[in-house]
Amino acid sequence: MGREAPPENGNNGRADGAAAISFKRVRKTFPRGEGRIEALKGISIEIRKGRVTGLVGPDGAGKTTLMRLSVCLLEPDEGALTVMGMDAAEDPLAIQSAVRYMPQQFGLYEDLSVQENLDLYADLQGVLPADRKERYAELTRMTRLGEFTDRLAGRLSGGMKQKLGLACTLVRPPELLILDEPTVGVDPVSRRELWNIVSRLVEEEGMSVLLSTAYLDEAEKCDEVILLHEGEVLGQGPPGDFTREQKGRAYWVKPPAEKKRDIQWRLSRRDGVVDAVIQGDGVRVVMGHDDGPDKEDLLPEENDLDFEPVDARFEDSYVALLQSRQEANAKDMAAEATPGKDDGAGRKTGESPGDSPGDSPIDVENVRRRFGDFYAVKDVSFSVGHGEVFGLLGANGAGKTTTFRMLCGLLPASGGKLRVAGLDLRRAAAKARARIGYMSQKFSLYGNLSVVENLNFFSSAYNLKGKRRQDRIEWALEGFDLKDRADAASGLLPLGYKQRLALACALMHEPEILFLDEPTSGVDPMARREFWDVINALSGSGVTVLVTTHFMEEAEYCDRLAIMAAGEILALGAPAEIKARAGKSEDEPAASMEEAFIALIESSSAARD
Amino acid sequence: MLHRIIALTIKEILSLLKDKKSRFTIVVPPIVQLLVFGYAATYDLNDVPFAVYDEDRSVASRDLAAGFTGSPHFTLTHRITHQAEIADLIDRKAVLLAIHIGPDFSRDLLTGGGAQLQVIVDGRNSNTAMIALNYVREIVNRFNQAWLVKTGGREPPARLNIRAWYNANLESRWYIVPGIAGLLTLVVAMLVTALSVAREREQGTFDQLLVTPLRPVEILVGKALPGFMIGMAEATLIILIAVFWFEVPLRGSLAALYIGLFLFLMSGIGVGLMISSLSVTQQQGLLGAFLFLVPAVILSGFTTPIANMPAIVQKLTLLNPMRYFMVVLRGVFLEKAPWSLMISQYWPMALIGLATLTAAAWLFRHRIN
Amino acid sequence: MKQQSAPGGFRRLRGLIRKEFYQIVRDPSAIAIAFLMPVGLLILFGYGVSLDAKHVPIAIVVETPDAATADLTRSFERTEYFEPVRMADMSAAVDALTYHRVDAIVHLRGNFARRLHEEKGAPIGVVINGVDANTARLISGYMEGVWLNWLGDRARSEGTQLLTPVDLRQRIWFNAEVRSRNFLVPGLIAVIMTLIGALLTAMVMAREWERGTMEALLVTPATMGEIILGKLIPYFILGMGGMALSVAMALWVFDVPLRGSLWMLTGTSALFLLAALGMGLLISIVAKNQFIAGQIAIVVTFLPAFLLSGFLFDIGSMPVVVQYITHIVAARYFVAILQSVFLAGDIGSVILPNAAALVLLAAVFLGLSRKKARKRLE
Repeated sequence: MGREAPPENGNNGRADGAAAISFKRVRKTFPRGEGRIEALKGISIEIRKGRVTGLVGPDGAGKTTLMRLSVCLLEPDEGALTVMGMDAAEDPLAIQSAVRYMPQQFGLYEDLSVQENLDLYADLQGVLPADRKERYAELTRMTRLGEFTDRLAGRLSGGMKQKLGLACTLVRPPELLILDEPTVGVDPVSRRELWNIVSRLVEEEGMSVLLSTAYLDEAEKCDEVILLHEGEVLGQGPPGDFTREQKGRAYWVKPPAEKKRDIQWRLSRRDGVVDAVIQGDGVRVVMGHDDGPDKEDLLPEENDLDFEPVDARFEDSYVALLQSRQEANAKDMAAEATPGKDDGAGRKTGESPGDSPGDSPIDVENVRRRFGDFYAVKDVSFSVGHGEVFGLLGANGAGKTTTFRMLCGLLPASGGKLRVAGLDLRRAAAKARARIGYMSQKFSLYGNLSVVENLNFFSSAYNLKGKRRQDRIEWALEGFDLKDRADAASGLLPLGYKQRLALACALMHEPEILFLDEPTSGVDPMARREFWDVINALSGSGVTVLVTTHFMEEAEYCDRLAIMAAGEILALGAPAEIKARAGKSEDEPAASMEEAFIALIESSSAARD
Repeated sequence: MLHRIIALTIKEILSLLKDKKSRFTIVVPPIVQLLVFGYAATYDLNDVPFAVYDEDRSVASRDLAAGFTGSPHFTLTHRITHQAEIADLIDRKAVLLAIHIGPDFSRDLLTGGGAQLQVIVDGRNSNTAMIALNYVREIVNRFNQAWLVKTGGREPPARLNIRAWYNANLESRWYIVPGIAGLLTLVVAMLVTALSVAREREQGTFDQLLVTPLRPVEILVGKALPGFMIGMAEATLIILIAVFWFEVPLRGSLAALYIGLFLFLMSGIGVGLMISSLSVTQQQGLLGAFLFLVPAVILSGFTTPIANMPAIVQKLTLLNPMRYFMVVLRGVFLEKAPWSLMISQYWPMALIGLATLTAAAWLFRHRIN
Repeated sequence: MKQQSAPGGFRRLRGLIRKEFYQIVRDPSAIAIAFLMPVGLLILFGYGVSLDAKHVPIAIVVETPDAATADLTRSFERTEYFEPVRMADMSAAVDALTYHRVDAIVHLRGNFARRLHEEKGAPIGVVINGVDANTARLISGYMEGVWLNWLGDRARSEGTQLLTPVDLRQRIWFNAEVRSRNFLVPGLIAVIMTLIGALLTAMVMAREWERGTMEALLVTPATMGEIILGKLIPYFILGMGGMALSVAMALWVFDVPLRGSLWMLTGTSALFLLAALGMGLLISIVAKNQFIAGQIAIVVTFLPAFLLSGFLFDIGSMPVVVQYITHIVAARYFVAILQSVFLAGDIGSVILPNAAALVLLAAVFLGLSRKKARKRLE
């Protein structure tokens, strides 16, 4: 008879620091085509009790495999693995009753209400009816789902779904909690709440937590971080240990707003620079050496710019560690993806939009969309200029995707005017659609077709023929580094590669206007950098880009952006303008886009209440 | 336009046939089912078990019983000696029928007729019962004729001279096997099409298609062509098996058959694609496929004649493409039917096909989600 | 498995069942499958499927009309089995037969009246469209009936008796009026319930895999047995509801007699439903995705139940190999049971072996499901 109830929090055995999870030379392979690929190459790790341990690494590093092994959903090929002192090979059910696991896409029953989902998991986890009331009260207080208990889970926003998933996972407090990318696709407000919950669990209930994340600022909040890469452990330790190595290598440059992206592009291409990303109003540069930046060498034409030293952060060491591993094709990708652009310079900034709306590539006027008696989008207006990168930001369910679908002609608007390249795509001739490229939120290529077969199909669907078609397919394989995986089934690619392929398919026909719906959701930081390099380069060559994102730091890459909530635009303008508006006073703009976003959302929901 | 359609068709075929389970499901079961059903689906009775209760035990009664034991349709399994045994044997389905020859049988026969032969049949399946009784009647008639000739009695003033055209030996296999060919063709068409749009909608790839310059007509053709190709190929194989394995005669022209097959596939694929574009989920698609397939089979005249149905149901069958194809199949295989009969089957199928295909193409873009 | 604790297991099971019920209630398609489908299909087929040919259109060609031919023609007109149309000559009649306007031709030659008095008698020429062999055989049986009646009438009017050495007295037990509906409706119930059982469950496991909910279930302490039972019980209850509805319709809409007992009907239906649901579950577990589960369900449920169950075609007359194959079709046993329970009564010697076979099939399907569904992702 095993444990029906895990020992509750009273026992302080965790304080001794014994391992919550221990892997000893664990190897795991999966069949792929003829052979097998190694997902974990004999790794040994110990994850300590009473801590938050973060698991980071690029796609396909083996993070999910490691987690699934820990909850006995998979069996290792070799090696020994114990969880909470129990042997995974011998006692899987005992482990499963002591450990809670929240998969990447948590299995909420969307046709059940919040309460019914909680009841189900309470039954499954063996929570006695007498204990439930108290537990539910605690969970709903923690997740602030109290007022939604009767709502169907399918009707919740993405952030609320994740919180409900977490609540279901926690109906009986476990000793060890394993979360697979709990914050993917979740807006900043909900992300913050999720993190508060996790830290409370560790501090107050003494739970051990293992979570994987693609957000490196989250990794920084962990007690300990494990960096995985291609099935091997690259490093393990407190995030501070990682950053220490990068100390004194990070700098911040603040160019004029309109040159921000250009400077970032050029810096990222210089020798000795490990990383250059847009951060706030400036560019953050990480050098590969301790000698400090040589202005003459890095930015010969912009002598007036200062390199201001800043504190190192976990992301710096992550990029540094991985870049030494992966031969950096990232930089080449953007260059190759946009032929005719040898250097990142010369990006045309969009003519100021709004002056002559008829000419704008994208023009939205008072657009509404109703589903039943619910308005998903109400009276939204904006326009996007040529070559502009326009961002749509918003919490889940804010109406971004609906707006996108209307623009692409997939959904009729209930009212208002939509113009894309001067046409209403819902009514325009099929040919007009050749002028746009569309990449949808979730991976939507043919999963059982190979990479090449998908490219073949989409190139023909976009009217490419003969030599040009061959050239473009070749371009996609080369430019997006898909050559080695050309014959792999696209559904089995790691997420980052799927996104590359999806982008390649959307760009086959060199569209004038590109729609990207959360293109970087769940993608690891390295892949995200590559992605934005490509977008930058495209916009430099005159392509108009409309993009939605959850990553607030990515919002800084946009020329202008609109923040949406509950179907309305709360703020519209350049990133700096928005931060200024969201600030506490005229002189004190919001410190970051994330803060601006949270402030705007909270003030709007306060206004609604 | 053409190269776009070709690309779409290639993609469809790849996504259908790349998966091992899916490839197997589309190709193997129809062929296996033709073989199994071809043998199974026959109204002819063979070796029906029967019991004899002969109280007379005379030469005449043994002669009569010999008529039964000699027939390929019947097998004598029980000789019984008590009336009560009959009920027991029939109740537990040990025999389908019992013949009871009374003690006065030969006496009555010799004294001028009216000798009684009682036959008790299990009517639980009344169709089987009626068929068995027909065989019994044939045997008794033959005995009567022979008896009259032997005893020099006068034959009846008129006799029936029944001939069956097109299927002289009334083999039900000749009737059923072409029907199965139609049935399986329809099943394959539904397998290929009924879930295809719904699957793309669920996986989000349909949106991706709709934002390309592909026109609804092109998507329609691209989705329909693999169904045509697979359907045509399998139908051809099935027809070959019908002709060379089951030895059903093929008397009419192949052209007539293939025109019919083309139009039938068109209507079947049209219905499949329409169901598929109406459904949001694959589950709905599957349900829709069943809701069409089951009535389409039962109300096609495949196993039970349309003429036996009530008038209102007969009207309903006019919407069923399979009903027309059944006539074409049997017309070509057995009857060598004239073109005008064929044409009156062709145009309704073409109409159904055009209507459903148009509806499907319209629904691609206009389905309210 | 050693972790199993009865109260915990019971609570988990109850939770799973409750969840499934909520889902059923929220998504009306399952209810539609369980209740609307049997009603709709039974009405359609109960009326639509009939083997009783009546009012068969036939052509009558009389080359020289006279009293004798008029007499015979009247005999054809009097019976409800035929709908005779007089035609001027054979070529018109053959035309009508070719174009399916008539199913048979009765041809009386010019010398019919004269040859009635000859030694060998006068021939009545009959041509039947033999394509549909079953109907053709029925028609020829009806023809003989009309002919014998006519002979009898003729003999009586001449004051003699028709000489038939052996007089066939037939008795059809259990279905004396030979209503084909009486055996078709119970058979249809078996076919329809096969469809419903498979449809209800074929998608459910595959759906959980596709939506990612299975992964969440797998890491809970629920055992695979509980997960499967949690699926089975709600759909079983739903299926029994559909079954009850079908039986009620058989009794009160189609007037099929119920000679056996209700409890026997209920018990055997439960067994059958277990087998049908088990097959659906197995499909769902093996396929793991709805597309393939759907394809398999289409292929393996309807046609085998329709053609191999003995509902229309006599299993005993099939080749031995095919007879073996029919043993894996659950509907086969249920058809036999239903036809007996409805028309004959609770006949142990028919019901017991068939019920035992159903138990075995249900055990095999459910056992395989249990075995194939592992609590691992691979």
